[in-house]
Amino acid sequence: MTNARPGLPEFDYIRPTGLDEACRYLKEHAGQARPFMGGTDTFVRLRDGVWHDTYLVDVKHLPGMRTIEFDAAQGLRLGAAASMNQVIEDPAIARHYPLLAEAARSVASFPLRTRATVVGNLCNASPAGDTTGACLVFDGLLEVHGTGGGRSIPLRQFFLGPGKTALASGEIVTALRLPPPPAGAFGHYLKLGRNALSDLAIVGVTALGYPDPSAGSGFRFRIALASVAPVPLLVEAAAELLCREPINESTIRAAADAAMAACNPIDDVRGGAEYRRRMVRNLVRQAVTEVWQRLQC
Amino acid sequence: MAQHLIQMTVNGEPAVAAVPSQMTLMECLRERLGLTGTKCGCAAGECGACTVILDGEPVNSCMVLAVECEGASVRTVEGLSRSGKLDPLQAAMITTGGVQCGFCTPGVLMTARALLDRNPHPTDAEIREALVGNLCRCTGYLPILEAVRSAATAS
Repeated sequence: MTNARPGLPEFDYIRPTGLDEACRYLKEHAGQARPFMGGTDTFVRLRDGVWHDTYLVDVKHLPGMRTIEFDAAQGLRLGAAASMNQVIEDPAIARHYPLLAEAARSVASFPLRTRATVVGNLCNASPAGDTTGACLVFDGLLEVHGTGGGRSIPLRQFFLGPGKTALASGEIVTALRLPPPPAGAFGHYLKLGRNALSDLAIVGVTALGYPDPSAGSGFRFRIALASVAPVPLLVEAAAELLCREPINESTIRAAADAAMAACNPIDDVRGGAEYRRRMVRNLVRQAVTEVWQRLQC
Repeated sequence: MAQHLIQMTVNGEPAVAAVPSQMTLMECLRERLGLTGTKCGCAAGECGACTVILDGEPVNSCMVLAVECEGASVRTVEGLSRSGKLDPLQAAMITTGGVQCGFCTPGVLMTARALLDRNPHPTDAEIREALVGNLCRCTGYLPILEAVRSAATAS
């Protein structure tokens, strides 16, 4: 990089007055315009020359985009532009989805989280997204608005590859919905970074467990992995094993091995593929053990 | 490309600036308003040298567009002292030796001010967590932590 302090490249800041106007603008300027919320990833990519958009369409002030609502029957509706600090401080999230707050708290620093959003983290479709695992294990659903109206996309079907999502041209995610959490659920996010706080995940493991008398083991688990495949990964094989077999040290080891077998990491600047595979095994074992111990309390 | 005329309140005073869309709040403060206390370290939200308090919340001002700040209230390091009297955090940083080259200091002060505003008596762990996004290459952090601790005790 020749300039030690690169400014942002030129673009126009667009502030639409409604969702329809925003979607129309994005559609009419497809390939040149991008929805803009916290900007914490967008600015870095524009500065680094990875993205070349000439219009940023600010959607965070539109109605409902920053609100967080919880209802015992419907679950959580998290406005797409609600900041990570809002998520961390929200009493309903702290009570019903503490795992989501725990994951958000592992992202960068407090000042960055004033701007960064959970839905932005999802739309960025980074395999390393810290909050993606929590949204996946809570079975999230995205509310999407486009020029043809609204639709919902299950989060499990949202990620198509690094940076690639199921959003069509002109579509904006307006909210993340999480159904009411399973009764008695406990979750944990374990992140391996270069330091204890703030860094990007070399490996991230999200585990959620809850009692279910219809399961062979009496419990069900959902396990998501970050930074070890082209997309965030839900490890069904490990979850099925923990549902079927009586849970003990040996089944937890087998589940961790299944997670290791399911991932497909790459070598990069943060860690080698083989190291990541082994860390998946170790961290899944640790996360499931901790959740399992809490479920028995 | 469009220019926007924005009005903000900066350190309690009205401020007006004409800014292009891509100008960050950090650049606007330094280059349009002459408030060079706010530093540009990484321009990527990593180092915290540009931290200011925007509508009561700390932000990396390199990660905010100036045009988004229409009508906003901004507090920078220049607005920390009142009537010529240093903020307790500034005084504590001098006493503990939390300032060496000084480049990270404005960001550290604003992050710490925001911490003490929302949590006047933080634990050591809370101070460390709050300052995780403010990199300092000189002090080894311990005098900075001591400054925040002693400013919290003094208030």
